Amino acid sequence: MVRAFVGSCPGMSRRDQPPGGGGRPDGRPGGRIRRWPVLRQLLGEDPRAEAARSARTDALRPRTADADHVARSVCPYCAVGCGQLVYVRDGRVTQIEGDPDSPISRGRLCPKGAASRQLVTRPTRRTRVLYRRPYGTEWETLDLETAMDMIADRVVATRRQTWQETDAEGRVLRRTLGIASLGGATLDNEENYLMKKLYTALGAIQIENQARI
Amino acid sequence: MAECHPVGFQWVMEAKARGATVFHIDPRYTRTSAMADVHLPIRAGSDIVLLGALINHVLSGGHEFREYVLTYTNAAHLVSEDFRDTEDLDGLFSGFDPDGRTYDPASWAYAHRSDAPPPGEVGGASGAGRGREHAETAEAETYGSGGAAADAAPATDPTLTHPRCVFQVLKRHFARYTPELVERACGIPRAEFARLADTIVACSGRDRTTAWVYSVGWTQHTAGAQFIRAAAILQLLLGNIGRPGGGILALRGHASIQGSTDIPTLFNILPGYLPMPHAGRHEDLDAYLASAGPDTGFWGRKRAYLVSLLKAWWGEHATAGNDFCFGHLPRLTGDHGHYATVLGQIDGTVKGYFVIGENPAVGSSGGRAQRFGLANLDWLVVRDLTLVETATFWKDGPEIATGEMRTEEIGTEVFFLPAASHVEKEGTFTNTQRLLQWREKAVDPPGDCRSDLWFFYHLGKRVKARMTGDEIDRPVRELAWDYPEEGPHAEPSAAAVLREIGGIGPDGRALDSYTELRDDGSTRCGCWIYCGCYAGEVNRPARREPRGGADPWIAPDWGWAWPANRRILYNRASADPDGRPWSPAKALVWWDAAAGRWTGRDVPDCEPDKPPGHRPPSGARAEQALSGTDPFIMQADGKGWLYAPFGLADGPLPTHYEPHESPVANPLYGVQANPARVVYPRPDSPYNPPRSPRFPYVLTTYRLTEHHTAGGMSRPLPYLAELQPELFCEVSPELAAERGLVNGGWATIVTSRTAIEARVLVTERMRPLRIEGRTVHQVGLPYHWGWGGDGLVTGDVANDLLPLALDPNVYIQESKAATCDIIPGRRPAGPALRELVRRYREDGDG
Repeated sequence: MVRAFVGSCPGMSRRDQPPGGGGRPDGRPGGRIRRWPVLRQLLGEDPRAEAARSARTDALRPRTADADHVARSVCPYCAVGCGQLVYVRDGRVTQIEGDPDSPISRGRLCPKGAASRQLVTRPTRRTRVLYRRPYGTEWETLDLETAMDMIADRVVATRRQTWQETDAEGRVLRRTLGIASLGGATLDNEENYLMKKLYTALGAIQIENQARI
Repeated sequence: MAECHPVGFQWVMEAKARGATVFHIDPRYTRTSAMADVHLPIRAGSDIVLLGALINHVLSGGHEFREYVLTYTNAAHLVSEDFRDTEDLDGLFSGFDPDGRTYDPASWAYAHRSDAPPPGEVGGASGAGRGREHAETAEAETYGSGGAAADAAPATDPTLTHPRCVFQVLKRHFARYTPELVERACGIPRAEFARLADTIVACSGRDRTTAWVYSVGWTQHTAGAQFIRAAAILQLLLGNIGRPGGGILALRGHASIQGSTDIPTLFNILPGYLPMPHAGRHEDLDAYLASAGPDTGFWGRKRAYLVSLLKAWWGEHATAGNDFCFGHLPRLTGDHGHYATVLGQIDGTVKGYFVIGENPAVGSSGGRAQRFGLANLDWLVVRDLTLVETATFWKDGPEIATGEMRTEEIGTEVFFLPAASHVEKEGTFTNTQRLLQWREKAVDPPGDCRSDLWFFYHLGKRVKARMTGDEIDRPVRELAWDYPEEGPHAEPSAAAVLREIGGIGPDGRALDSYTELRDDGSTRCGCWIYCGCYAGEVNRPARREPRGGADPWIAPDWGWAWPANRRILYNRASADPDGRPWSPAKALVWWDAAAGRWTGRDVPDCEPDKPPGHRPPSGARAEQALSGTDPFIMQADGKGWLYAPFGLADGPLPTHYEPHESPVANPLYGVQANPARVVYPRPDSPYNPPRSPRFPYVLTTYRLTEHHTAGGMSRPLPYLAELQPELFCEVSPELAAERGLVNGGWATIVTSRTAIEARVLVTERMRPLRIEGRTVHQVGLPYHWGWGGDGLVTGDVANDLLPLALDPNVYIQESKAATCDIIPGRRPAGPALRELVRRYREDGDG
């Protein structure tokens, strides 16, 4: 883990930032009305620059400013492998940004990578096991441990029922065609490794992923 | 590339800013075209004509990089007298068996040198039927890191004038691939072709290099592997392989799709591209090794690679006395690929199915077959971030709407397990340049969400606990399955798994390099090409030297690239035969005569102390058989193969075939489509007839920047859903006028499989092409939508339109070039949809 970058002014904590609304950047006092952005823009100042500034905008801080920590990560979409910085506060992901240190992406993210915080934090995300019994018409809930036991039972039973020790010519097969798997390209190397290791020991051979597609 | 790999495209723009000329070859005009110097619209599926004409341009004009070609490729090798080319046999190579639709490659072999000892059984390629077996098990893919076995002592002609030398065979093979043919078959005008041909010749040689970048626009064809082969031939002739700024660069579409090929969740290979064993042929370890690739080159160490893998899997149970548990491996008997598996589900042989971060009900070709397969399972486990359509087909799938399925009649038991996201677990992705990057965990996953590492580890523990003393349970019982557990959910340590993948020596320490792997059982290694990723007990993929450090182009201390942290493969070829860089501008690695070592900016891709002048003794094995000028160290002969004497299911040279579904006749041969392509002719896998007036248009599918594949990771996200809210089809103004399509209105696209509806985008980005004297229209379809999947936006499934027609080498489906009809208006709903398709099929067959 690297510690959070704090605030928009490097090296300063939030408390050290200049207070909003108390003065102009050049230090001269300014009347509250005369500093009102709408007025300044109506009077011809560039609305994309200083005239957009108000006490409220001065008080704004980026979500990244008060992160508890930042994790170095990698974008989960395509295979370019752009670096991501994942900002966390109070155990929740508050922002995901491009990692400027990455020699691959130099801090950039595409629309998908830039939206990836929603992949993690969207309120509609599914976080519970769902179960549909044979011929059932609705989802039911199921405890994770129960689901794991039920899946293990089915793997063992299906393997045994569909086991092929030899073929008709007596050639050794030592496998099952009863269990298949699809997926891996979105997973980690370590996950693919445990999958292939376990499936091969089980004798399951129809193991495929998006690389075939 | 700007659409689908936008951040990677910044480097193309960097190159352009430094003077590079950028060509974009694509059926439609995209964001990439907008930034390129030249956009060449091409008829989908005609790429070998274009690449073949470039090869012909190089050969007939004498533009090859002669010194590179002579030393680093097999141009001088003589081919067997028995070989017959597609030019001789009207589209077939010698050795074709029309009944099995497979090749026996025996006649493609090199002519053996008369003064050398007779070659052994090359790649096990003896006798008829071997080709078929090779083809039926996608064996060509096992050459992903090694090469196919081949005669290491062929006869040669260094003058390149012998009529049977590879160079002359190539010249004859591609002689009819002319600019005129490109114009007729691809729709690219001669002047445009000339600009491309002149530019790549001018930008290749000692001082300059040319790179080709591709993705599934080349692979998803019934001759996809040969598309890549054609590019490889061109790049080898121009000396653009193994050099900075050169190469053929695959842009892969998933965060670790490269990793899931290296450490494969694929049926035909074991980690590190070792082939899965085959019934009958691989009864024991010795029989397996005798035909699992060449004995010369670094593949010659395959026994050490496999034994180290078996030791990682079966630990102390794997001993020399029991073939290191080789017998625990299950055996293949043919096609066990994705589409064969789906048909097995429909036929009832497949009972249980795990779908892990994938969504075949939307994302695979022939979605109807996928869903009929799902509906015939006993049980289905779906693990995903999203409740994807594959998990809900029984409730809301299109076949429920048409009345072909009824929820209460579907017996499939479905488990949906929510997955941890990429920030809720640690581990490595391997990106498209073979670079492993470790991700730190930011937070714990919520609720029942777990990593797939957790799922498979704990499933394995449960399964092991249920094993009996039966012999069939032995491989599971004896499986080494003990990883440290961490945290409240007993998460297995990803670092410990990575360390096992990276290799462990007899002293229990992490290995430095795959050259340390032994065949005596004293080393363990889960994937030999990843060996050294934990060298010195350092998690090397986690290294993060900011901005790449002193050499940001190579960035050797950012992550870790397989093999051996090499960033450019075959980089021995970046130096001339004497070991000197071809030019200062393109220097990468070179021979330091004073130090007696190879050195340079990158890790040299050769033995570091083998001098350029080294010549191997006769009969040498493994890397001992390589000379000091052999850059392709995994190949049996150390050469880049312009001609592949063995290893491909559909011929030693790329040949233009029409897509399985095409509106035009093959302009070159009587053989219309790849004769070895894999098809499944059965009622649930229908095809449009070639040149069918009922399906007159070319259909091609693609991605958009704002979505990801079948949409499971993008449609539920508000930002992305808003940016691209709706399925659309792109058609030219001319096609819109021909069919009465209105911009912003609806269109129905029809194939033999089904019909879908999409909004119409009338745009000059799609250009009608003149092919063989007539106009050919192309319809473009992004494929990100589905009916549900927690999507904030929904739409019909584009992949439902596509046929099950596959490349015979790697079993990838042809989703970039099919045929269709397009009519104005929305598609019919309910049973009327099937009635529409039925009428089309009857007309098409008639």
